Amino acid sequence: MYDNGIEPALGVWWKPAHRAEKVWIAIAFAWCMVLFAMMPLWHLKGGQNPTGIRHRVEPADFEARTNEFIEEYRVGEEAGLPIVEPPPGAEVYLVGKMWQWTPILRLQEGATYRLHMSSLDVNHGFNLYPFNINFQVIPGYDYALDVTPTEAGEFRIICNEFCGIGHHVMVGRVEVVPATEGAARAGGAE
Amino acid sequence: MNAFRTCPTTGLSIHRDADKLIKAHAVAATVSLLIGGIAAFLVLLTRWQAIHLLDAVWFYRILTVHGMSMLIFFIIFFEMAVLLFAGPILLNSRVPAPKVAWGGFGLMVAGAVLVEWTMWTGKADVLFTSYVPLKATPNFYLGVILFAVGALVTVGIFFASLVVAKREKTYEGSVPLVTFGAITAGIIAVITLLHGAAIYIPTWLWSMGMMNVDPQIYRLVWWGLGHSSQQINVAAMVSIWYLLATLTVGGVVLNQKISRTAFVLYILFISMASAHHLLVDPGMGAAWKVWNTSYFMYMAVLASMIHGFTVPAGIELGMRLRGYSQGVFGWLRKAPWGDPGFSSMIFSIVVFGFVGGITGVTFGTEQINIIAHNSLRIPGHFHATVVSGTAMAFMGLTYYVIPLIFRKRIAFFKLARIQPYLFAIGMLIFSLSMTFAGSFGVPRRHWDISFSGAPFDVQYSPAVDIVMAVMAIGGLMGILGGAIYILVTVWSVFFGKPLPAGEEEKYADSIPQGLITKPWTQIPDTDRDPETPWKIGPVPGTAVLVAVFFLAFVTYYFANWALLSFVWKVG
Ligand code: HEM
Ligand SMILES: [Cu+2]
Ligand SMILES: [Cu+2]
Repeated sequence: MYDNGIEPALGVWWKPAHRAEKVWIAIAFAWCMVLFAMMPLWHLKGGQNPTGIRHRVEPADFEARTNEFIEEYRVGEEAGLPIVEPPPGAEVYLVGKMWQWTPILRLQEGATYRLHMSSLDVNHGFNLYPFNINFQVIPGYDYALDVTPTEAGEFRIICNEFCGIGHHVMVGRVEVVPATEGAARAGGAE
Repeated sequence: MNAFRTCPTTGLSIHRDADKLIKAHAVAATVSLLIGGIAAFLVLLTRWQAIHLLDAVWFYRILTVHGMSMLIFFIIFFEMAVLLFAGPILLNSRVPAPKVAWGGFGLMVAGAVLVEWTMWTGKADVLFTSYVPLKATPNFYLGVILFAVGALVTVGIFFASLVVAKREKTYEGSVPLVTFGAITAGIIAVITLLHGAAIYIPTWLWSMGMMNVDPQIYRLVWWGLGHSSQQINVAAMVSIWYLLATLTVGGVVLNQKISRTAFVLYILFISMASAHHLLVDPGMGAAWKVWNTSYFMYMAVLASMIHGFTVPAGIELGMRLRGYSQGVFGWLRKAPWGDPGFSSMIFSIVVFGFVGGITGVTFGTEQINIIAHNSLRIPGHFHATVVSGTAMAFMGLTYYVIPLIFRKRIAFFKLARIQPYLFAIGMLIFSLSMTFAGSFGVPRRHWDISFSGAPFDVQYSPAVDIVMAVMAIGGLMGILGGAIYILVTVWSVFFGKPLPAGEEEKYADSIPQGLITKPWTQIPDTDRDPETPWKIGPVPGTAVLVAVFFLAFVTYYFANWALLSFVWKVG
């Protein structure tokens, strides 16, 4: 006699399962192990991992560092924001504050940078348009990731964490120049 | 007056206090659903850029109302009703300390009213997550605390009712599986509510300038509340699946050991899932993220996959035992699709599993979260879990609770029959479109994706406009389904015709079929499984269904890894 769900289970109910049930559990268990293994595997072999260097930072210190960075590599201005062109390998700083991403970054295709992100006020969300790369930007924390733009073009940083009434106008800009052009510029500057 | 009445349909003896408490919680849940539903309508028509109904201030305000009213008030009020049903009623027992139980209910109502007040008066435009240091008025946090304490009292009453039932020997053997599931929900609720206290009390003090709260630690502990509470929903929903399976088609329990062990897995690993929300946060390391997001190597996912098999298998076997054994899917063809309890249950299982479950595990993968976090993929995911799964199961249960507990026939029964179809199909379209729009990077919680007024222009692919319009149409369909649900239930309870004892047969046009045929009484007293085609065990139909599910899961999961591999190198 089979039990149903709404009546008490009488007698000893610790009985062997049907074979179909056992087979499914074995498949499900194996799949869970695959799901688990994929993450460490991607850390070893994959190109996209969200865990970079991270530490606490006072918002004022982060702002000061960003300003130094801007002064050092500033090449122009647009929409009232500095345009900054750091050399490949540089430490790059990006600040989110209500409701602006500073500065505008000009990066080189194929080059790797260490991108530091933090906020000066509330949580913000880093969303790279049109690639849909997302990170949480939290005040008091320096989130640093090694990033390598794989394609030249115009990019936007859209804030995707609610940060107050100006949230929807919080759009920043990243420009990625083709590798050859970038090399030429670097050569010209020398 | 006798403290008990005997349910003429099921023979359960029903404690009058339990009766009244369940009614009160159900009414409060419905009021919350109504408020949340109106908010859903306004938010939906704003996100549909062609209409863009609300201004920015009211959009974020009403979105806060929607999140709180739905996810916190509607769901938790209803869950308290479910606990009071699974404890005192299913165990033929009583509510110990009814006055305390009413006190708990009163606290919940007071808390909910206070929170609604602060939100509607514009003093808490912080969304339901209220990430520090965005600040709401102290009364907002206080309201949440009152609500949580009230809920904790009710959970305590539920546990006390189990002890009383055991001591007073109101049942023999082990508690029914549904009650067992409810116990797991209750235990998870305690863990959750303690996290809630750990975060809301400091935040309340912080809002009054009395202490500091670190924004990252806030997110960590807040999601200990926010995500674990989703696990209350899952445990409650799965319990309701087992309950409705029995009531609607005489579903059986294939194996008590397996189903109960799966529930225990939920308790063991659930509170780790806070990590799902912190995968692209700066505060935590890789090992912590991998370990926690996987709930100890996906053991809670394993539990859900087990229930995803055993529930349909129990339905199939129950039907085969009652003679519906033609072919592989004869049982499904002969199922009572016009019974809103049955159709709701099936939709809840299918959409929760195929859409909610698969997207959830995929987006909760440490690296894949990079291409999902805070995009519309996230609300797409959870409208498939907590709405199409949990809320849908709650709705299906209501069609049985109204005749059983309220002793009323269902008003507008024809409408009630199509309600699950409208709601489920609408929400399915809605969730899938959101998920799709999110994969273009469209952000969640965003007033204006045309970005007018922003310093730099952003142009989404024209496909996004179409997807957002489809999303709105699906959403409107879902809202219509929700409105019919509210109309039918409120009308039945307050103006409905009574259901005289023992006369179920006469009312086939106004109560769900299961209460008339009582299929759970028709399971033959045998241990022999029915003959099936293909010789792949007693539940071949379910075997085919889970195979399809598994293929969909594997495909979606690896497709997302492929998508991820195309973006910039980071790490
Ligand atoms: C009746 C149909 C429903 C519709 C059409 C609907 C629609 C929406 C929309 C358009 C959003 C905004 C997404 C965004 O901009 O990020 C949203 C968010 C949300 N919905 Fe619903 N919803 C419905 C039912 C529900 C139910 C029943 C629940 C919970 C049980 C729920 C829980 C939520 C939550 C938690 C959010 C997130 C709020 C936030 O991001 O702060 N919804 N919903
Ligand atoms: Cu922002
Ligand atoms: Cu923002």
